[in-house]
Amino acid sequence: MELGPIWRALMRNKTSYVLIALQIAVTMAIMVNAIGIVQERSQQMARPSGVDEENIFYLSSVVFDPDVDREALISEDLDAIRNFPGVRNAILSNTVPLRGGGWSEGITLEPDPDLESTGVAIYFTDEHGIDTFGVDLIAGRNFEPTEVDWHDFDSDAWPPLAIVTRAMAEELFPDTPLNDVPGKTVYIHDTKPVTIIGITARMQAAWNSWSGVERSMLVPVKRATSGVRYVIRAEAGYRDEIMPQIEEMLASSSGDRIVRNMKTMEETRQRSYLEDSSMVKLLLFIVTVLTSITGLGIVGLASFSVARRTKQIGTRRALGATRPAILRYFMLENFVISTVGVIGGAIIAIGINMWMIEAFGLQRIAWYLIPAAMVTLWLVGQLAVYGPARRATMVSPALATRSV
Amino acid sequence: MVAAIAVGIGAYMTIINVDYVMSSNPIPHRSDVLFHVEVDSWQPNKAYYEPDHPPEQVTYMDGIALLEAGKARRQVLSYKTGRVLEPQGEGERPFELESRSTSADFFAMFDTPFVYGGGWDKSADDNEEYVVVISKEINERLFGGENSVGQTLVMNGDPYRVSGVMDTWQPMPKFYDVNNGPFEEVEEVFLPLSVAIANEFGSYGNTSCWKAPEGGWEGRLASECIWLQFWVELHSENERQEYLAFLEAYVETQKAVGRFPRPTNNRLNNVMEWMEYQEVVAEDVGVLKGLSLLFLVVCLLNTIGLLLAKVTRQVGDISLRRALGASRRDVFSQYIVEAGVIGLAGGLLGVAMTWLGLQGIKSLYGELEFISRLVAMDWPVIFAAIVLAIIAALAAALYPTWKASGVHPASQLKAL
Repeated sequence: MELGPIWRALMRNKTSYVLIALQIAVTMAIMVNAIGIVQERSQQMARPSGVDEENIFYLSSVVFDPDVDREALISEDLDAIRNFPGVRNAILSNTVPLRGGGWSEGITLEPDPDLESTGVAIYFTDEHGIDTFGVDLIAGRNFEPTEVDWHDFDSDAWPPLAIVTRAMAEELFPDTPLNDVPGKTVYIHDTKPVTIIGITARMQAAWNSWSGVERSMLVPVKRATSGVRYVIRAEAGYRDEIMPQIEEMLASSSGDRIVRNMKTMEETRQRSYLEDSSMVKLLLFIVTVLTSITGLGIVGLASFSVARRTKQIGTRRALGATRPAILRYFMLENFVISTVGVIGGAIIAIGINMWMIEAFGLQRIAWYLIPAAMVTLWLVGQLAVYGPARRATMVSPALATRSV
Repeated sequence: MVAAIAVGIGAYMTIINVDYVMSSNPIPHRSDVLFHVEVDSWQPNKAYYEPDHPPEQVTYMDGIALLEAGKARRQVLSYKTGRVLEPQGEGERPFELESRSTSADFFAMFDTPFVYGGGWDKSADDNEEYVVVISKEINERLFGGENSVGQTLVMNGDPYRVSGVMDTWQPMPKFYDVNNGPFEEVEEVFLPLSVAIANEFGSYGNTSCWKAPEGGWEGRLASECIWLQFWVELHSENERQEYLAFLEAYVETQKAVGRFPRPTNNRLNNVMEWMEYQEVVAEDVGVLKGLSLLFLVVCLLNTIGLLLAKVTRQVGDISLRRALGASRRDVFSQYIVEAGVIGLAGGLLGVAMTWLGLQGIKSLYGELEFISRLVAMDWPVIFAAIVLAIIAALAAALYPTWKASGVHPASQLKAL
C-alpha cells in the first residue's frame, strides 16, 4: 500500500488538509446531532392518539343568549347530528386528543390530601364516547345512558364512575392484572370517590409534550356551558362531504349562536406536531446543504491538489505507475483525510450531544448514528474525490519530460 | 467563496433573527419599573413547579386584596375572557371577541397607544361602569374608523360605552400574560374587571387548582384556583424592597387564617426577568442557533481552504510582485482588501439568503399565526449580517494572507 508516502505527503502540506478534515469533523458533528433530534421527533410524531383520526372532526357552538334552555338545545343538536346521513356517532365533549387545550385532574388512591396525585386528562362524554372516539374497550364496560349526568358551568359535583386508559390503570395499579382494575375506587379532588368501570387500550391527552400524555379518563358528564364542543365521527369516507353540511345545519338551526373552529383530527395532529415536523424538515435541509458544501470543498481541494501535482503525476506515470495506481493514490489520500475528520467528528459530536442533553434536556443519540455518519462521510469524500482523481489519471506520462 | 459565506451567514442570521425577536424587550422604556407579582399560595406537598417555584398567576382573593391595598405606584389585575359582539346593522352575524377584563391602571402602566380617547379611571372600576376600550380593527369594523368615543356597542346583550380606541399594539412577547402562548395577539376589547366579576365572565386563559373549588361563581372567587395576572409599578430598589415587605406581611395575615401552607415565597420579577423565567424563547431556537453557528464555521473553513488554494496558485505572481519592489505590507493589504470585498459581497448575498431563510421558516410554520411577526427582518439584523460577513471573511483570510505575504521575492521566479 501507498499509505506511507501518502501520509508523508500530507504532512508536508498540512494546512489545507487539516482544513478539510476539520470541515468533515464539524459536518459530521452537526449531522449526527441533527439526525438524533430528527429521530427523537419522528418517534414522538409516530405515537398513535388512539382515536379514529381519519374520520373524526369537531366544532364549537357558542350560544350566548342566557335564556336559552341549553340542555334541551344540546340534546336536539346531538340527535340531529347523530341522525345525519354519513355520521356514525357524535358526543358533547370538552376536547379531543392533541388539541392543545384540555382539562386535567389529580387522582389519588386514598381520600388523603397529603398523598401525591397522578395527573390525568379528563374527557367529558356520554355512553356514545367509546364509539365516537373509536377507542377499544379492553376490560370492564361502557357507561349506561342512566349513568350520564348534566352539569352546570360551575358545578363542583363529580360523577362516581370513570373509564381510564390502560396507561392510567397501570400507573395507578402497577401490580394488579388489568382485568381486575374495573371495580376499584380512586379519589379525585382528594375526597370524591370514583369507581373505574372500564379500561381503554389507548387514548392520548390533549397535550402531546406532557409526560403523562397516555393517561386519560372518560367521565360521564354533559356540561351545558354557553360554548360547547361537538365531536363527530363520520362513516368512513364521508367526513369531507358532511363537514360543511353539519356546520350549515347547526348555524341555521338557531339564529343566536356562533358555530366555529371546525377542524378534523388530521388537522389537529398536524397542528399539534407542527413545531416538530418543521424542525425535522429544517434539520434535514441543514444536513443536506452542509454535506453538499463539504463535498464541494473536497472537490475543490482535490482538483487543486491534482492541478498542482500534474508534473509529479506525469513523472509517476513515466516511471511506470498505471492509471488505477494514480486513481488509488488520490482515493486513498482522501480516505486518510476523511478518517482523521470522522474520528474528530465523532469526538465533537459526542461533546455537542452532551452539551445539548445538559442545556436542552435532549435525548442521548443512538450509538449507531456515529458509525453511520462516518460511513456516509467516507462515501461522500470518495464520491467527491472521484472526479478530480479521474482527471489525474488522464495526465500523460510525456508531461514529465516537459519544462523540467 | 462568496456563495459559501453567503450560505453560512444566511443560515446563521435567519436563526439569530428569530431569536432576536423572541428575546426582544416588549416594552423597553418601562421594563425596569413593571414587576410581575408571585405569591406562593400553592399546596403544602408539592411546589407549583419543582423545585420551588410559586404559581405564575394569582387567586382572585389575593389579586383583589393586593389590588385594593394599592401599595405600589400602580397595580393591575386582569384576566383573559371572551365576549360576543352583536352588531346593530341588519343581517350581520354576531362574532366573538378576544377580551381582557382588567383594572383601570392597565393602560397607563403598559403605556398603550390610543387613536381616540383613552382608558377608564378608577371610579369606573368602583362603580362597575360598562365602559370598553376597543382595538383599531374593531373600531374600523363597527364604526368605520370614525372617532367612536362615547358611542355604544352591545356585547352579550349589555350596552358598553366606548372610552377609547387603542392604536395597533403588539408587544413581542405579550409579556403581561404569556399563559396562552407568549406571541399571542393582544385582545380586541378591554373592559373593567369589576364588571366581568359581577357578571361572571369565565376565564379564557389557564386555570389551575390544587383544591377543588366550591360550586358556583362565588365558590370560584373564594377558591385556591389561580387564574389572574397581577403586575405592579415600582420605581426604585427601595420601593421594590418595601413592596416585598408588604407582600410578606400580607402572606402572614393569610397564614393566620389558615391559607398559604407553603413556606413564604414571594417574587417580584421585572419584565425581562419574567420573560427569561418563563423561557419564552423556544428551545428549538437554542438548538438551531448552535447548529447554525457550526454551519457558519463549516462555510468559513471552506472559504479558508479556497483562499489558501488561491494563494498557492498565485505564489508565482506574488513573488514576482515582491521582486518588482512590493513590500510585504502591500501583498498583505492586497489580499485583505480582497477578503473584505468578498465578505461584503457575501454579506449582501447573505442578507438575501436570510430573507429567503425567513420566508422558508414562515412557510414551514405558517399555521402558527404569530410566526409572521417573528420573521420580519430588522435593520439591525441586516446590518449585523453584513458586518458579520466581513469579519468572517477577514478572519478566514488571515492565515492565507499571512502565508501570501510570507512569500519570498524571487523564490518562485525560477520556475516561470
